[in-house]
Amino acid sequence: MEFSDLIRTGRAQAKLLRGPEAPPLRGTLCLTGHHLLLSPGPQATSELWLLLLRSVDSIEKRVASDSGTITLRCKDLRVLQLEIEGVEASLDIARSIEALSSLESVITSFPFFYRPKGLRLGDAWHFHPPERYYKRVARETNAWRLSEVNEDFSVCPSYPRAVIVPRSVDDGALARSARFRQGGRFPVLSYHHAPSGTVLVRSSQPLTGPQKRRCAEDEELLRAVLLGARPGARGFIVDTRSSQAAKQARMTGGGTEAKAAYPGWKRLHRPLERGQPLQESFVRLVEACGDLQQSTDSWLRRLEGCCWLAHVKEALSTACLAAQGMEREGACILVHGAEGTDSTLLVTSLAQLILDPLSRTMAGFQELVEREWIQAGHPFQLRCAHSAFSHARSKHEAPTFLLFLDCVWQLGRQFPLSLEFGEGLLLALFEHAYASPFGTFLCNSEKERCLCEVRTRTHSLWSGLNQPKERRKLRNPLYAPNPLAIWPSVELQSLRLWQGLFLRWIRPPEPSEVAWEKVWQIVTDKEKTKLSQPTVSASEPQL
Amino acid sequence: MISQLGILVRYQLRAGQSVGSLEPWSAEKYTLLLEGVKVENVRLVDRISSKKAALGTLYLTATHVIFVENAPDTRKETWILHSQISTIEKQATAATGCPLLIRCKNFQLLQLIIPQERDCHDVYISLIRLARPVKYEELYCFSFNPKLDKEEREQGWMLIDLSEEYKRMGLPNNYWQLSDVNRDYRVCDSYPTELYVPKSATAHIIVGSSKFRSRRRFPALSYYYRDNHASICRSSQPLSGFSARCLEDEQMLQAIRKANPGSDFIYVVDTRPKLNAMANRAAGKGYENEDNYSNIKFQFIGIENIHVMRNSLQKMLEVCELKSPSMSDFLWGLENSGWLRHIKAIMDAGIFIAKAVSEEGVSVLVHCSDGWDRTAQVCSVASLLLDPHYRTLKGFMVLIEKDWISFGHKFNHRYGNLDGDPKEISPVIDQFIECVWQLMEQFPCAFEFNERFLIHIQHHIYSCQFGNFLCNSQKERQELKIQERTYSLWAHLWKNRADYMNPLFRDDHSQTRGTLRLPTTPCNFLYKFWSGMYNRFEKGLQPRQSVTDYLMAVKEETQQLEEEREALEERLEKIQKVQLNHTKVKAKQSEPSKHSGFSTSDNSTANTPQDYSGNMKSFPSRSPSQGDEDSALILTQDNLKSSDPDLSANSDQESGVEDLSCRSPSGGECAPSEDSGKDRDSDEAVFLTA
Repeated sequence: MEFSDLIRTGRAQAKLLRGPEAPPLRGTLCLTGHHLLLSPGPQATSELWLLLLRSVDSIEKRVASDSGTITLRCKDLRVLQLEIEGVEASLDIARSIEALSSLESVITSFPFFYRPKGLRLGDAWHFHPPERYYKRVARETNAWRLSEVNEDFSVCPSYPRAVIVPRSVDDGALARSARFRQGGRFPVLSYHHAPSGTVLVRSSQPLTGPQKRRCAEDEELLRAVLLGARPGARGFIVDTRSSQAAKQARMTGGGTEAKAAYPGWKRLHRPLERGQPLQESFVRLVEACGDLQQSTDSWLRRLEGCCWLAHVKEALSTACLAAQGMEREGACILVHGAEGTDSTLLVTSLAQLILDPLSRTMAGFQELVEREWIQAGHPFQLRCAHSAFSHARSKHEAPTFLLFLDCVWQLGRQFPLSLEFGEGLLLALFEHAYASPFGTFLCNSEKERCLCEVRTRTHSLWSGLNQPKERRKLRNPLYAPNPLAIWPSVELQSLRLWQGLFLRWIRPPEPSEVAWEKVWQIVTDKEKTKLSQPTVSASEPQL
Repeated sequence: MISQLGILVRYQLRAGQSVGSLEPWSAEKYTLLLEGVKVENVRLVDRISSKKAALGTLYLTATHVIFVENAPDTRKETWILHSQISTIEKQATAATGCPLLIRCKNFQLLQLIIPQERDCHDVYISLIRLARPVKYEELYCFSFNPKLDKEEREQGWMLIDLSEEYKRMGLPNNYWQLSDVNRDYRVCDSYPTELYVPKSATAHIIVGSSKFRSRRRFPALSYYYRDNHASICRSSQPLSGFSARCLEDEQMLQAIRKANPGSDFIYVVDTRPKLNAMANRAAGKGYENEDNYSNIKFQFIGIENIHVMRNSLQKMLEVCELKSPSMSDFLWGLENSGWLRHIKAIMDAGIFIAKAVSEEGVSVLVHCSDGWDRTAQVCSVASLLLDPHYRTLKGFMVLIEKDWISFGHKFNHRYGNLDGDPKEISPVIDQFIECVWQLMEQFPCAFEFNERFLIHIQHHIYSCQFGNFLCNSQKERQELKIQERTYSLWAHLWKNRADYMNPLFRDDHSQTRGTLRLPTTPCNFLYKFWSGMYNRFEKGLQPRQSVTDYLMAVKEETQQLEEEREALEERLEKIQKVQLNHTKVKAKQSEPSKHSGFSTSDNSTANTPQDYSGNMKSFPSRSPSQGDEDSALILTQDNLKSSDPDLSANSDQESGVEDLSCRSPSGGECAPSEDSGKDRDSDEAVFLTA
């Protein structure tokens, strides 16, 4: 297929409106296979305006007598309006945008064509290999080992090649445990909390089914997890479903760990919203944010009605529960829901952020996202195919990753000095997860990424983000390493709507930008003063 | 004095302490203990995690309720001024004791459990009396003594000078003059004596107009915008009834219009809902008829009355008090209270007036019923939007002095300082303070002061520790000789201004200069629940690290480094000079000893590199990011314990991030016990109940 087949009119005169606060742009509109460009006239000083077609979430067209208006709602929640001269041209362009923005094929997507200056292909994919972390844990604990049982993705298609498992369990047992877990996601280590010697483990639900099946190897594996921590250690299984939902899952072959089969482990149910209801909550929140005509009361009613903040609260408190179990109770924690690719990862990654100072650094957080989301098999392509505006909704979409970013933002608001990265990084991750010129968030699993040769044929977002010019946007100037766990408050009064994301294109950006400039200025002033201290000691001995 | 000391000693002996352990409590504090009410084994319940309670001793003094925890390492003290107490509720006796709930006007909530019902009743009865003084003289400000001499006290009162403020606005000028018509409060007893009125308004017109206005509060200047001569004037409602007219009042409004040559009309803004204003007509009051007044544009802005606002706050506080509510309960309750809608209504009125003045160049006359509640709110919000001076620390004090204190806002009635009609109580200035906070959230760089400044002002409006907010009018304050008998809050805040600075303040930026430009679209979501005020005593709910404090420390550090650098540079210069001299000396071979002697003596006074690195070492401990207690803070704690609202109310200073972050998220230490699972299949052994 050629992109040109989809482009009937490639060029038109247009006016672009970018919301109430930004001035409109006029110029020549150009459509390419991956982009929409607006080139202002020669007299204009502003630069070329560029939009990745992939980031268009929904498109709406309206025609007048000699022009057409296209409203583009983007995945990053921006709303753009194009006024295009000529009815035919505008209809053609609208149709093309519609077709080009919803292409399914991964290998014809823009990341496979994106060749930015200053970056070399193949660079930086290994910035954050999970293996490095796993090796460190294996070395430090002596109770865990790296296994290559999934080298060819045959045991678990959604796991990466390298996984870390209890040393005492052999690969054969792992394979059998995998057959007892949905999608083959047998329990693997997610995080080792060195101060308490406990571990965070994640998996999918066991396939106990209506017959209450058991699996000796799976039981052995979890026993080994406890033994690895310390003799007599206890464990908690945090099930992210309600106990009723977990029971119901038995009817379809899933279920929960039977108490008798797993001595030392106790199960806690912490239902987290997932799938379609979560997507629905996101859609309703964005709708409410976009309605500027409503009264204060109806705004609050809609904020309440969409339940988004309630989901934030539940996610954070479940993560706190897991973290508290490890740090305070010295217990091992196993987290799973059903598939173990969504709310499970939400809980394990947030728990690490709470406990582990390293994961709160710039590099550590990127490593965490790579290890606990991308490599751990969160199906980004399915979950982030559409954002809050699209009408073509499949049942696979869910803003789980966005919910994670929101929870991280809440942590950052409550501990403004403890995260090395700022809101900028979280916004960038949100944008790139939904539409990106980089290959990092492509596909649903490591296996698919290997098949598409993503690593060799696209650039990594991490190398893009770690360029020096991006630093200021992404870093938190207030950062001061905090060696302790950061326990957030999950009370309602402590949680806020993430205005920087949900109202990013609606509220005027200047006041917060001006404030941010000032923060940087105060911090850099200090650095400068420190550096400019004259070195008297050098001249001292001459006296 | 002797008897007081006697009680003191008795306390000491009863508590089984040696006199030596008086140390943590200064002797001065003990003199506060006038009556001998002391109850031991009282438990203070932590509201967030109700399982946790601190055991301690409760003291009632003439001015404070004091709870001292038994825990020997902290002996945490909670101090509450009687004037802060809003309600006291004795709840049904339980097995553990008799619960007593004390709600404070600064939104602190104290839940005590007293073992003996009889003791609880005694405390209850005493507090009811102590919290409702009947004479001004009983208020704390008449006994509060910050150890300043007479001169210092007088200077404190002179810090804010309204005549200076009118001069700053550019008055008097060709259009406005100072009028002495209200000398000795002859015309209006709730107005100040010094007022600015249009030049063309004669005493005859003013007096005539005053007779046509509720409580004789005639139109007078609140703010003059020198850029375009437009002004904000204020008054009470006219006594128009259904058809009454007053020539002088019409002339008065005409005079206001004439004082602004750039415009041919004025806005008359009635801040009440139209229905309320119409109802007033039946009582011979009402609003201006556009037909009778030439060149006015009349406008209603529906801000609800004090009773609606009082109920709204009550409802919002009930939401805050809910025990483990769901997110939906909270947001629904917040909406249902209507509080944020009322805040927005006040803001909208302020924005309307600021736009009329700055953009249209039209003068505005603002009134409500009596012109001392909504009018004060709206005039001060508009002034704050228009003039960056009011967004500075001192300017904000001036603004409150001008629009609230001098124009007769009834502080005593609204904030219940003396026992009075509960229907008169309403959070009028609280709402204004919240409007300022909402603006601060939207414009983080526009204000010289920080959130703490607002919170401390709110605290002192109720504390009665300083004389500024006493009584209902300037006249009453004068009769009571407030300035001779009490201290000024403004001087106290100014002295501690370092605590109130906003490090992000940028007076140089185009956005913060001149009128604050609010977004054109109505952004309801910009109005947020102010957890920092209404939950301020629940430290666990607040962000655990303060950006403001951190940045202030960084700035301070920078300044220190700067000073050191200057000192070092000076020294370097000298060293170089000396070296230069040395070479010169060598070349000239003259008087070497004198030069070297000079340089060594000079060196000894300058900083040495050793000192410098020593200072460097001390920096981390000053930086709040490290979570160590600031030495300056400790100092304030000792000196100003009873005058700093944070400290006086709760001496448990946050000892830093480390300390707080160590607390478990639920605040409880309850472990998931092995056999607590009720459901055999799923062990809901919840160790996080939140």
